[in-house]
Amino acid sequence: MAWRTTLIGALAFVAVGVAALVLPEWLVSLATIALANALVVLGLVILWRAGLVPFGQALFYALGAYTVALLGRYTSWHDAFLVVAIGAAAAGIVAFLLGFLLARYRDIFFAMLSLAMSMILYGMLVKTETLGSTDGFHVEAVTFLGFAPRGRERELTLFWFVLALCAMAALLVSFYFRSVSGALAVPVRESEIRLEFLGISVNRLIHLKLVIAGTLAGVGGALAAMAVQHVDPTMAYWTTSGGFVFVTILAGASSIAAAFIGSFLFELVRSIAVDIMPGTWQIILGSVLLLTILFLPDGLGSLFVRHRKRAGAGAP
Amino acid sequence: MSAILSVRGLEKTFGSVVAAHNISLDVPRQQSVGIIGANGAGKTTFVNMITGYIQPSGGSIHFEDRDITGLPSRTITRLGISRSFQVAQVFGSLTVFENMRAAAAVARTRQSILAGVLTPLASPQAEAEAEAVTTLFQLTPYRDARAVTLPQGVRKLLDIAMAVVGEPRAVLLDEPTSGVSIEEKFGVMKIVMSALASRRTTVLFVEHDMEIIARFAERVLAFHDGTVIADGPPGIALADPTVRALIIGMPTGVPHA
Repeated sequence: MAWRTTLIGALAFVAVGVAALVLPEWLVSLATIALANALVVLGLVILWRAGLVPFGQALFYALGAYTVALLGRYTSWHDAFLVVAIGAAAAGIVAFLLGFLLARYRDIFFAMLSLAMSMILYGMLVKTETLGSTDGFHVEAVTFLGFAPRGRERELTLFWFVLALCAMAALLVSFYFRSVSGALAVPVRESEIRLEFLGISVNRLIHLKLVIAGTLAGVGGALAAMAVQHVDPTMAYWTTSGGFVFVTILAGASSIAAAFIGSFLFELVRSIAVDIMPGTWQIILGSVLLLTILFLPDGLGSLFVRHRKRAGAGAP
Repeated sequence: MSAILSVRGLEKTFGSVVAAHNISLDVPRQQSVGIIGANGAGKTTFVNMITGYIQPSGGSIHFEDRDITGLPSRTITRLGISRSFQVAQVFGSLTVFENMRAAAAVARTRQSILAGVLTPLASPQAEAEAEAVTTLFQLTPYRDARAVTLPQGVRKLLDIAMAVVGEPRAVLLDEPTSGVSIEEKFGVMKIVMSALASRRTTVLFVEHDMEIIARFAERVLAFHDGTVIADGPPGIALADPTVRALIIGMPTGVPHA
């Protein structure tokens, strides 16, 4: 079962990679951003399964993005693999440190504390004139192990790079979900006290989830910075965080694939909405969210994850 | 025979309220100890101190000759003492089997971040242990039922069964029959006590029903105002005039500590 899902997932990633050769340029660049953002959503899915919704995940997204931008500006490190790794590490380390505080909170307190932390970074970025304040600054082009593609070639190389990282992240997260630490998400949500008395620290379980989600958001931000070639403080703003929560609701927590598909649909709907209703595109996005909550309360994932049979009612 | 659990001069105060005062006792291996007392007598406080849910203000607790005073509950669980709760603490949206498997997987995994990430939840060993305890507690008919759908008595059984996964040497049951209907009570206790006896587990249980105490306890600890006022076999302890006046004479039907 697990092997079959992994195989289908691998084939899907390869198929998307091949399809990029014939797809129009706008769609490929849209998909690149969607995949980068999907990594953030994947992190939110990990937290959401345990009942936690951070409204400040853009903090780690912006950290990853600014790390790549700063490396391009002040150092001679331009290799994609290197800068993404450093961006991920920076976000992961900050998540680890903030985790000591965040892991002690639940529900709305957790959400608001995470929001507050992201707004502190936003405020700092806005006030830092050397980093362009609200304008942000340009991100230098990256190289791929010495290969410096241009134009359409650059688009495709970056897309495949992002796609490969997403495939890797999806695989690792699926391993994590099967592990003791990852599979105990529902128990965290339903009875912390029982978990503690089974001999496991709930705060440490949550702390680990925060570090994983933070690192994923860092990678997402780093990739987004490379794709857009520009960073600015709105990457840390609460509406960015809200967007990630939006996609998480759209996707649902039941499947990893849904995070990617949900993220892609979100970007697609947004770009179409902006196209047809430039000033009021949020109305369309809002309606989509409303319809999702009404008709697919468990998100897109519930469409292709078969529901566990509810044997409960029939038991003697 | 040496005691598995030794308590010396245990004290607990909440502000000016004395919840435990100078409690000293030894529990030999495999004994079944019934804890009685009126509401607020300190029964649950005693259980909470042994299992690390709250820290004693003074005194010491030794388990298998190791000082466990004030250790966190998860460490105490790993050392071999587990507990059940007055209000069953189970994972409602998981099935009985999934609850048991989660308990078994946690018990089998070392308490480190790396072990937690590298060990799969669904291992054959964890599933075998989950099945064994499910059978032992006669939960097989409910194996695939989600825990929220269970009748109260069955949910309490599941709560206790989860505490027994991982083979603790001692379990503390806080009112195992509270909230369970009178008709079900004896059945629940019979299953619990014979399951624990088959695993040679030492058991301390808080109980308000004197018939259940007389039937299932080898020894009775009677609590009043945070102290042990009687300690002996049920025949003697329950006949004690002070116990009769302070505990048995009072209404005992309310299922609160």
